[in-house]
Amino acid sequence: MLKYILKRLGVAIPTLLLLIIFSFVLMRLAPGGPFNSERPLPPQVLANIEAKFGLDQPWHLQLWEYMVGIITRFDFGPSFAYTDRTVNDIIAQGFPVTLTYGTWSFVLAVLFGCSLGVAAAVRHNSWLDYFSVGTSIGAQVLPNFVMAPILVIVFTLWLRWLPGGGWNGGQWNYVIMPVIALGTSYMASIARITRSSMLEVLNSNFIRTARAKGMPAHHVILRHALKPALMPLLSYLGPAFVGMVTGSVIIDVYFSTGGIGQLFTNSAFNRDYSVIMGITILLGTLTIMFNLIVDILYAWIDPRIRY
Amino acid sequence: MVLRPVRVEASADPIDVDDANYEVSAKGRSLWADAAGRFFRHAPSVVSLVVLILVALFAFTGHFFAAWSNEEIDWSVLGNVRIAGVPSLESGHYFGTDDLGRDLFSRVVQGSQISLMVGFVGAGIAVVVGTFYGAVAGYFGGRIDSTMMRIVDILLSIPYMFVLILLLVVFGRSITMLYVGIGLLSWLDMSRIVRGQTLSLKEKEFVEAARAGGAGHFTIIFRHIVPNLMGIVVVYATLLVPQMILTESFISFLGLGVQEPLTSWGALISQGAGTVMYGTLWQLLFPLFFFVVTLFSFYFIGDGLRDALDPRDR
Repeated sequence: MLKYILKRLGVAIPTLLLLIIFSFVLMRLAPGGPFNSERPLPPQVLANIEAKFGLDQPWHLQLWEYMVGIITRFDFGPSFAYTDRTVNDIIAQGFPVTLTYGTWSFVLAVLFGCSLGVAAAVRHNSWLDYFSVGTSIGAQVLPNFVMAPILVIVFTLWLRWLPGGGWNGGQWNYVIMPVIALGTSYMASIARITRSSMLEVLNSNFIRTARAKGMPAHHVILRHALKPALMPLLSYLGPAFVGMVTGSVIIDVYFSTGGIGQLFTNSAFNRDYSVIMGITILLGTLTIMFNLIVDILYAWIDPRIRY
Repeated sequence: MVLRPVRVEASADPIDVDDANYEVSAKGRSLWADAAGRFFRHAPSVVSLVVLILVALFAFTGHFFAAWSNEEIDWSVLGNVRIAGVPSLESGHYFGTDDLGRDLFSRVVQGSQISLMVGFVGAGIAVVVGTFYGAVAGYFGGRIDSTMMRIVDILLSIPYMFVLILLLVVFGRSITMLYVGIGLLSWLDMSRIVRGQTLSLKEKEFVEAARAGGAGHFTIIFRHIVPNLMGIVVVYATLLVPQMILTESFISFLGLGVQEPLTSWGALISQGAGTVMYGTLWQLLFPLFFFVVTLFSFYFIGDGLRDALDPRDR
């Protein structure tokens, strides 16, 4: 087990370093420095600004400083566009918002997805089963940037139940639509995976034995069938998490929730390289860590996995 | 496996077999003909194929039917798009106009072209690079394999959407950069799948026979392994096209992808979604319709092809 964890770390850590180096090199490769605007600055001023941000140093020293800053102090340096703020300030402003609706979507997607999948498998070939299969096919072609406008049309424009955007400190009626828009397609995928693995488990011999000895149906499902049926789901949680992190960019932009995705796109338009790098590295780290945890959990729960 | 007619020497055979008749009765059916038969018996995939051909026809010949070009601004509509810009046959704006008074029909035609192109180019790069990379890694095995696949693992665990956006920001937002970025990232999954197949294929007797016959490594890969991989590659490529279209639409929805005056489904959906509040629903629904229909078709065709070509599920 320990060997397996070390092996996984052996992939995760180089990946992280590579991500940092890659973003850094990209930023340096960019044609024109971050301070080349339409109005060329006097060379003296430009030199002063570059000295302030450490851009006059040789680039390997800059890279070293940057990496040391991130790893030891979790410091992404100053923002290039807003000179009075650091990247950390900007991230700290948007991150709680994203975290709030992201967590809700993730939890609800897993809960509803699992229940729907299990129910569909238990009532195989019933209307519930067809409903779950139908929604999972539909959700494949309705990604979050399609869901979001549809939700706004229905709930804001026609029914006038929910506000069409904004965050308002996380008041419940502002949170609902981002959560639904972000989570629906993942809920459908989770339901599809759970359904097919549950069907497979329900047809296996040990379930037949459990039924044959007269065990009540709910007991068979909850005690015996559920755990092996949820195993394949665990390996899907990694990609689902990545997808949700990425999808939050769309949600933030469309609903103007002010989360990290909105900051990311704003910086992309402002060419604020340090903020883009900071967010890329932060979210990259999150996804890599999450995948690591899922992999280790998987190996821990399923003793058949041997490395 | 290909069934070939066996030629029987008439003189060697005590029973007089009519040579010509024998060949007719044992007419070979290739694996591909078999698969095509299965595919065309599967109704949803055939319908999807027809729909997809119609969408492609719309994308590449639609401009002949448009009354307005995609760049002209209809000044009579401007400022009153909600009422004057509705879809109608009389004004020549079959799909209405967009917010700037441009004809939505020709815009959707143009956007469909670009979205389909992005999908096919991305999947094409994935097929070429991914197949070659995966086949080489799987065929040689050992240290070469583990190094090559470790690189793929590392690249796969990077959240690629953010890296793609980073690329677009640094090198300027252009369609070329979008192609490059999508191409750089699309082949990773393909190479994994191909490698897995190659691992089992290289142990087969025909590879051994080729080696015994003195074929070089790359001859074996290209003449013997790659043709046998084509089934799974075709299935996976069909499923990759909608993924590429989704990626492009995602980025264009954010305004970071295709730039004006060019457009794509994602950009059109984004514009339509932005003006939903003003009651111009058609600006969202027309591009959305083509987007959803195309993705649906690709998924159904992919499913049908998998059933037809993948022998494991039968």
